[in-house]
Amino acid sequence: MARDVILEVRGLHATVGEKEILRGVDLVVREGEIHAIMGPNGSGKSTLAHVLAGREPYTVTGGEVRYRGKDLLAMPPEDRAREGVFLAFQYPVEIPGVSNTYFLRSALNAIRKHQGLDPMDAMDFLKLLKDKMKFVDMDQALVNRSVNEGFSGGEKKRNEILQMAVLDPTLAILDETDSGLDIDALRVVASGVNQLRDEEHAVIVVTHYQRLLNYLVPDSVHVLVEGRIVRSGGKGLALELEEKGYAEFERPERAAEARAS
Amino acid sequence: MSAAPSVLDGPPEVVGGADHEPRWLADVRQRGRAAFRELGLPTTRHEDWKYTDVSPIAELPLAETAGADVARDRLRPFHLESALELVFVNGKWREDLSTLRPLPNGVHAKSLAVAVAEAPSALESELGSVAALEGHAFTALNTASFADGAVVVLDDGAVVPGAIHLLFVSVTGGGAPIASHPRVLILAGPESRAAIVETHLGFDGDTYFTNAVTEIRLEEGATVEHYRLQVETPEAFHVARVVARQGARSKLLSSSVSLGAKLARIDVETTLAAEDAECVLDGLYLAAGRQHVDHHTAIDHRQPRCRSRELYKGILDGRASGVFNGKVWIRLDAQQSDAHQVNRNLLLSDDAEVDTKPELEILADDVRCSHGATVGQLDEDAVYYLRSRGIGERSARDLLVYGFANEVVNRIRVEPLRVRLEEMLWNRFRDDADPEEAR
Repeated sequence: MARDVILEVRGLHATVGEKEILRGVDLVVREGEIHAIMGPNGSGKSTLAHVLAGREPYTVTGGEVRYRGKDLLAMPPEDRAREGVFLAFQYPVEIPGVSNTYFLRSALNAIRKHQGLDPMDAMDFLKLLKDKMKFVDMDQALVNRSVNEGFSGGEKKRNEILQMAVLDPTLAILDETDSGLDIDALRVVASGVNQLRDEEHAVIVVTHYQRLLNYLVPDSVHVLVEGRIVRSGGKGLALELEEKGYAEFERPERAAEARAS
Repeated sequence: MSAAPSVLDGPPEVVGGADHEPRWLADVRQRGRAAFRELGLPTTRHEDWKYTDVSPIAELPLAETAGADVARDRLRPFHLESALELVFVNGKWREDLSTLRPLPNGVHAKSLAVAVAEAPSALESELGSVAALEGHAFTALNTASFADGAVVVLDDGAVVPGAIHLLFVSVTGGGAPIASHPRVLILAGPESRAAIVETHLGFDGDTYFTNAVTEIRLEEGATVEHYRLQVETPEAFHVARVVARQGARSKLLSSSVSLGAKLARIDVETTLAAEDAECVLDGLYLAAGRQHVDHHTAIDHRQPRCRSRELYKGILDGRASGVFNGKVWIRLDAQQSDAHQVNRNLLLSDDAEVDTKPELEILADDVRCSHGATVGQLDEDAVYYLRSRGIGERSARDLLVYGFANEVVNRIRVEPLRVRLEEMLWNRFRDDADPEEAR
């Protein structure tokens, strides 16, 4: 019996300014699945991630997104997060003057409130945080500093994974979290995702490279080119892409052929 | 009917108690009086006062003496856990309200008037030696008029544990405005260390004028932290000048937090007069309604290898206006100077405004020098980032404003003061949350 659908994207079109970036994306993600979305630069991968998280400059011009049966696009970003959607940013924002710990506890308690749970007190929160810090291999000093301020690229990505681990989202979306990471940091990202690998969670990994997929095995791989998913397949597709590159998909007529096959 | 006295009248020829003051002090006052007569109050035609109109100060119908006193209980929220706390009401030291504790050897802190009475010649050639009168009408007025203030002297190598708190209170009980001219003198001997906090406040929307001058001299290797917290009433006028002169390897950390007053003008100046001296000048100004707050800073790099760091941040709401002017001179001899200045402003309403102006004059050729000024609204990417983690939009914006201000407060090393300021910011920007959580 098929598992429940967590995310259903149908014919999604989105523009930024005058420019149409997503041109009819279809995607179904079920509980327990890990999906990889791959594609060349400028194909719309990050736009898809941010449209799902609710970033404002993007305008959805067509299609729909159901998240656990609800209209995701009708929700403000905070409600999407409270309902269990998490986006790990490619470029996490620095927030001087606000400690990482406070920020993360505020976020967790906002989500708990939405779920009808009592806020977690400082002691319990620190216990939880310590637990999660272990596996992202993050220094205590970083946790006490202002959010992402002065963090290296790798530290920022670890911090995203730490947030993901603490907030325990139903649907995690990683936007090129692997780009620019060394092997150790890559393992941390993979282990963060693998922690979510059970029947209640689902993960969408947006990536340019196949590299991360050595550490986490996706159930499906989709190739996004010029705002459309032009091909979907199993984990073998990622290897094929690594070998051949995206060239064959980049000309529209080829893309059309690929869709038809 | 005779008009009430105005600030413009300057001090009378014989100020209160002057008859038993030593001759040198009478001379210092006379020089102040003469300079003030010559300068008069600055107008907006004066470049340094272009955006700050002090004419309302001259129009205050001043009372000779205040018609009110402050009850001990009302000061309770403003006490600071400190090594020593001197309380001044309407410019005069109040032993009954102060908290005196034994200080370590080599540390002397007391009322300026008491210090002069006890050892009449001790401060001769010290008082007025750092804060020049030329071009500074308010310093001249203070010099001529001060009734009291504080003197802190640190002998060679003396270290003050905790902070020395100087609490200046103005109170008129809703009566006629009064003027006070607190004067502070800090003499930090070689390799000494101290943190001094000045708080200036008033009550109940009283109208009054505070004109404070603080002189700091740091000898070789001395470290002085000087914090000033301005929480005057929304009807008050606050003018202040902090002037430092630094010896070799000395370190000055100055932080000016300006939250109150209808009009506030604070000048912070330091001269890096010998090699390897270092200063950090921080500032935070919050203004709303029709408040006006003006910070002028000046750093004079005179000798090689000195370092200056400056971070001033402002948050302006309502129809408030702010000014930041940061002068940095790097003199011909000041090779390998390292100067960095940042001024950031957040405008929370369409009607708020700020004028920011860096003024760098660099004569040496081997220097590192940078400055940056920004005026803007909240970073929408940051708002989105917080919302994407489940934090509601209103809370996200409040948290970012709090964080913007807190960046300056975080750099304060006197913990009780930092904690108090965090709470004040919290109450101002996030009244629905618990400040304990922010640490």
